[in-house]
Amino acid sequence: MRLNGGSAMNSMQTSGNGVLVIAEEFMLAELACAANGIANTEPVCAMVFGEPKLVTGFDKVFVVEKLTEYNTDLYTAAALDLIKEIQPSIVLIGATNQGRDLAPRIASALNTGLTADCTDLTLSKHGLLEATRPTFGGQLMAVIICKTKPQMATVRPGVFKPAESDKLPEIIYRDAPYVHPRVELLDFSEQPRKVNELETAEIIVTGGAGIGADGFRLLEEFAAALGAKVGATRGAVHTGLASAAQQIGQTGLTVSPKLYIACGVSGSVQHIVGMCGSKKIVAINIDPDAPIFQNCDVGYVGDIFEVIPQLMEKFCI
Amino acid sequence: MKIFVCIKQVPDTGDIKWTENNTMVREGVESITNPCDVYAIETGVKLGMATAVTMGPPQAENMLRNAIAAGCKNAVLLSDKKFAAADTLATARTLAAGLKKLGHCDLVVCGQYATDGDTAQTGPNLANFLDLPQVTYVKEVLNVENGYITVKRELDRGTETVRAKLPALICVLEGDFEPKRPLINDTIRAQNGQVIVRNADDLGLSEHEIGIKGSPTYVNRSFRMTTSHEARMVETIDELAEAINEAKRGERDE
Repeated sequence: MRLNGGSAMNSMQTSGNGVLVIAEEFMLAELACAANGIANTEPVCAMVFGEPKLVTGFDKVFVVEKLTEYNTDLYTAAALDLIKEIQPSIVLIGATNQGRDLAPRIASALNTGLTADCTDLTLSKHGLLEATRPTFGGQLMAVIICKTKPQMATVRPGVFKPAESDKLPEIIYRDAPYVHPRVELLDFSEQPRKVNELETAEIIVTGGAGIGADGFRLLEEFAAALGAKVGATRGAVHTGLASAAQQIGQTGLTVSPKLYIACGVSGSVQHIVGMCGSKKIVAINIDPDAPIFQNCDVGYVGDIFEVIPQLMEKFCI
Repeated sequence: MKIFVCIKQVPDTGDIKWTENNTMVREGVESITNPCDVYAIETGVKLGMATAVTMGPPQAENMLRNAIAAGCKNAVLLSDKKFAAADTLATARTLAAGLKKLGHCDLVVCGQYATDGDTAQTGPNLANFLDLPQVTYVKEVLNVENGYITVKRELDRGTETVRAKLPALICVLEGDFEPKRPLINDTIRAQNGQVIVRNADDLGLSEHEIGIKGSPTYVNRSFRMTTSHEARMVETIDELAEAINEAKRGERDE
């Protein structure tokens, strides 16, 4: 992404043909809300695959009935066909696994820009879409403008509240252009995601790589005394001190206990994003400059091998 | 099998600190191979003759040498000041031109996402420019036979097994295993190995297709998320214990 660009805005017109939403059923209502917020008076349309869904908040719903099962090639061809016909000025796609597979394929075929995983959408005073997205694991929010049409964005699930609307859409059935699919689904096994005990824990005690195996043994005792579960940083998991199921952070779990105690955790960005939703964060670290101290409620500079036994004495009384 | 592995050099996000003005403190921040891309290299090397390709500054050569040490036979660095500040579309266009110059391949392997931007867009964009079928979220390659690759995809709602006709492009997730560490001989070989450097002219790309001019998106402004945590330092164990006790008694936010 570039900074402070915007010289070549001449290709952009503010008037257009509304907003097109392409999403799985569970995201249609929330994307209706997102789309109506940026549509001004222009039409808001949805494209759905398989059975027609009765969703309010759209002017038109285009249904491609025969494509029930997701396929990159087939869905891309169908979407391009519709986009070329109705010429929307903005296209929003759900940032699900499917949407993140589909959206860049469509955008690059149209040679237009795509902003991934947005958490906010607004219109600039020139009528341009301003899409806000987290970068660097959520530590920095970037507001991105696309200067070609359609302006495209994928929208993170759960960000927008499902729209309440009386607007009943006109349902329009469409055929999909024939393309030969080059990828074939052989098998699907549904796995409702296992709930990890850390996700429901009220108290979590987490260790970093620097505390070593002795440190993790101490954390187990500490956790037992507190009625807590033990989590770990990516570093600790990768050095074999803890299991992958214990990893908290960008590539691990996102947790939000009422009390999170970080022990010897430096506080990398990728760790912070997994635990910053905790109600109270207590940090103990021997390094007074550790970034964790900027992201905690209460910090204490000290060696966990001295601090934790003293704390346990207090809790055992 | 001839394989191209596309990789990216990223700042070690474990090291990032921010200034008061929301800019990254770049001094002392190490560059690493993007974590997913480490597994892309491993996947490519396991399946055939892999060439590592990156678009980046001259310093990215080090990362390419690591890719050679990890088993890639060749390495190509697409480097030009004109490539700078490219968004995902311009990056994919540049990579596509670079790969086309390298001739036919059977498989392109990318990482699913990079830890700095996390857009997960460059892979599918590249597949489009090369007109290849794509398979994203690949957790494991099951087999390659009779002109097809069969892989396991790990999705939010479950696991898919899919088969793609070769040539194809796959985007791989981080594996559940520790990547192989190169042996000392591999590292020595990598230091002597050749990294081919190509610029915009070599690739026949005009300025309007690449870098800042070829990018349809730009960052208008950025801001830091403010944390609601008060960051209070305490000096005694008693105060620390009291804070823990107080939080234990508190309610959990729903």
